[in-house]
Amino acid sequence: MTAPLPAWAEYALLPLANLVAALALSGLVVLAVGQDPLAALAILVEGAIGSQEGIGFTLYYATTFIFTGLAVAIPFHAGLFNIGGEGQATLGGIGVTLVCLPLGGAPLWLVLPLALVAAMGFGAAWALIPAWLQARRGSHIVITTIMFNFIAATLLTWLLVDVLIAPGQSTPESSTFATAIWLPTMQAMLGALGIAVSATPLNLAFFIALAAGALVWLFIWHTPFGYEIRVAGLSEGAARYGGISVERVIVLALCLGGACAGLAAINDVMGAHHRLLLNFTAGAGFIGIAVALMGRNHPLGIVLAAILFGALYQGGSELSFEMPKLQRELVIVIEGLIILFCGALENLFRRPLGRLLAMAASITKTWPS
Amino acid sequence: MDDSVPAVELRSIGKSFGTTVANRDVDLVVARGSIHGLVGENGAGKTTLMNILYGSLQPDRGAIRLDGAAVRLRNPADAIAHGIGMVHQHFMLVDRFTVLDNLLLGAEGGGWLGGARRARSELARLAADYGLVIGPAAVIEDLPVGLQQRVEIIKALFRGAEILILDEPTAVLTPQEADHLFRILRGLAGEGKTIILVTHKLREVISVTDRVTVMRQGAVVAERVTRETDEAELAALMVGRQVTLRQTRTARRPGAPVLAVDGLRVIDATDQALLKDIALTVRAGEIVGIAGVAGNGQSELLAALAGLIVPASGRIRLNGEDITTLDARARRRRGIGHIPEDRLRAGLVPDLVAAECTILGDQREKRCSGKLLLHHDAIRAETLSRMRDYDVRPADPDLRASLFSGGNQQKLVCAREMAQRPVLLLVGQPTRGVDIGAIEFIHRRLLALRDSGSAILLVSVELDEIRALSDRILVMADGAIVGELPPHSDERTLGLLMAGIGAAA
Repeated sequence: MTAPLPAWAEYALLPLANLVAALALSGLVVLAVGQDPLAALAILVEGAIGSQEGIGFTLYYATTFIFTGLAVAIPFHAGLFNIGGEGQATLGGIGVTLVCLPLGGAPLWLVLPLALVAAMGFGAAWALIPAWLQARRGSHIVITTIMFNFIAATLLTWLLVDVLIAPGQSTPESSTFATAIWLPTMQAMLGALGIAVSATPLNLAFFIALAAGALVWLFIWHTPFGYEIRVAGLSEGAARYGGISVERVIVLALCLGGACAGLAAINDVMGAHHRLLLNFTAGAGFIGIAVALMGRNHPLGIVLAAILFGALYQGGSELSFEMPKLQRELVIVIEGLIILFCGALENLFRRPLGRLLAMAASITKTWPS
Repeated sequence: MDDSVPAVELRSIGKSFGTTVANRDVDLVVARGSIHGLVGENGAGKTTLMNILYGSLQPDRGAIRLDGAAVRLRNPADAIAHGIGMVHQHFMLVDRFTVLDNLLLGAEGGGWLGGARRARSELARLAADYGLVIGPAAVIEDLPVGLQQRVEIIKALFRGAEILILDEPTAVLTPQEADHLFRILRGLAGEGKTIILVTHKLREVISVTDRVTVMRQGAVVAERVTRETDEAELAALMVGRQVTLRQTRTARRPGAPVLAVDGLRVIDATDQALLKDIALTVRAGEIVGIAGVAGNGQSELLAALAGLIVPASGRIRLNGEDITTLDARARRRRGIGHIPEDRLRAGLVPDLVAAECTILGDQREKRCSGKLLLHHDAIRAETLSRMRDYDVRPADPDLRASLFSGGNQQKLVCAREMAQRPVLLLVGQPTRGVDIGAIEFIHRRLLALRDSGSAILLVSVELDEIRALSDRILVMADGAIVGELPPHSDERTLGLLMAGIGAAA
């Protein structure tokens, strides 16, 4: 029996302890490669947040991770593990492209809402089939969503090779969208306010991601639908007793997750690349799993964890420049370790921390004031 | 061996979990060849103390002496080696194994061939000595619970138990089976075995034990020679104040039929009938009790009436309206309340806070949420007022449900289901694992609800509860209603019906 930790310890101290443990172990890996871990850490931090450019890239990556993190978190509250963020984001990209290519001449204020709807709709639709199979047939969501990632990748390849490929091109990419419907960059937005910053891919989608986080928070904790999702995730017996259709909860939660994953394409396809590329998701759907685990499935935690992973991503590429012996794969090792500590070993520090806090509490209580 | 040396001697046992003290300076002395009762409310520390004696828990301080010799019991294997056996409330048997396989499982030196031969002869000896008759080749899942329990006892004796701990052994037995168990226990005690009986059924303590120890809040509050005490004194000692064990039930003329069920049949996935042609009526202002040994279809009956499982055939009407095909939510809307049998798996969500648990089932109702958002402040305020009304402690709507005691959790569920004056209230095991104070409270509220005109269907395996509250008693056995009895019927008649013997009265 473990007493629950206070909220600040649960959401801040525990993830921090897990992060430190993961970084310490990563340091050993760096040492094993024959490099200085502290120097590597310095380069990583400097690369991620040491310059305007670094920060811009960090937040750009973080934007995508917020979306894919939310895509894992919403189904998680219903007790479902959505591994399909990658495929759902891919479909979101197809949706965005199908809106942006033909509407090149339309104004952004018209195209953006349509693109948002398309991204969410395509992402949700891709989640609907596994959700329906889980609800009606009991096919395990983990298996089906993983499989749907492969189907999505194959679908994207076919579309880019045979259908959407830019005329006269030999690389599998769509035409570039009209510049009028590119999402405004942070540089442009801040420039309009008279603040000059370096050029980075960071764009309006960052604020859309923050808004999505706030909406998810509202939805999960302040609406009867979110309540039903949480009840079904915590206790199927209680859900059925309370007249909640568990099947509908499964479909709703997974489709909302798919919609969030689809939105990642708004950042990457509409905000940064301005065209559809092969493999534009670059594994962001999987990083979303780590982000959601580390952020303890709370939107605020997810935003913070997404920024952390954005920093790792950005700092990691700096690192492979500065220390050629440390390849980008090292960042994947660190990510893996974070997933290990935040997910699989999340109870490793829970008990000791709980004991420590209880001890501290009893000391302060008996302390004569 | 000297008979004046006690078989078990626990001295100044102390055990804390974090800041909660589970056992405080507990002394327990049990004479060899005696049956010793250990009573107390839930959370009084009985289970902790027995787990310490069985080696599952280590005491923070204190000493254990067996036959006068100080011992350290580091784990159950140690305890077994010292001749201590335990029969758990939930049996620790492998359902698909035979009796013999279960005996051999984990038994020391049980090499398959030699072990089996030894086990067979030991079984024969136990049957001859104590009347513990059982076929070695019988598969556990085919045996009735009374016999499964017998296997547990045999298992303990087979491992050389001289001291036998039984934790709530009669919870799953009919009164006749319980009597049989007590005869066996008397026989064992007569042969010099020492028995510790942990229970909350005071009548059993009075009828079978030699001495009884009462625990409250982790400490021993009294020890009595059984024939010098009575149920009322023990109850008062357990709770720390005088309690009314039986509520006064005023005679009342019931009103029109509220619930009418006929031909209700429920089958499982393999076409086995779980409910066979159930017909019953519950009228306004009436409590109908369903008596029966656990697992005879009562759970399925409640689930079918609440709309949680779909019957194969039959009709359910509420105030004349056919509700057979309505789902759980629609039935709630029509005024059916339901206090489920398992509050931790259905009645509450242990990981949600109390305020969130009090809207379970009503989350879409107007007083809980608008078109989009939950009315958190209103929910909280309503939870707080219900907590005060139902004396839930602590009265904190933001506390996680799992952190309330069993009695307070049950009061939370009762408050939710009873506060809105249901037309029909379905009640399953309302006081299972609930302390005496809360039992008294819940019984009073159920009777008040009945007096205000609600129809109540009460399922319980506690015959005392059924008899104290019901206006009519229906007895279920093997998925069918086998008889109807008035509330003053004696336990023997009820027990025979429950066992499926005897004609319907």
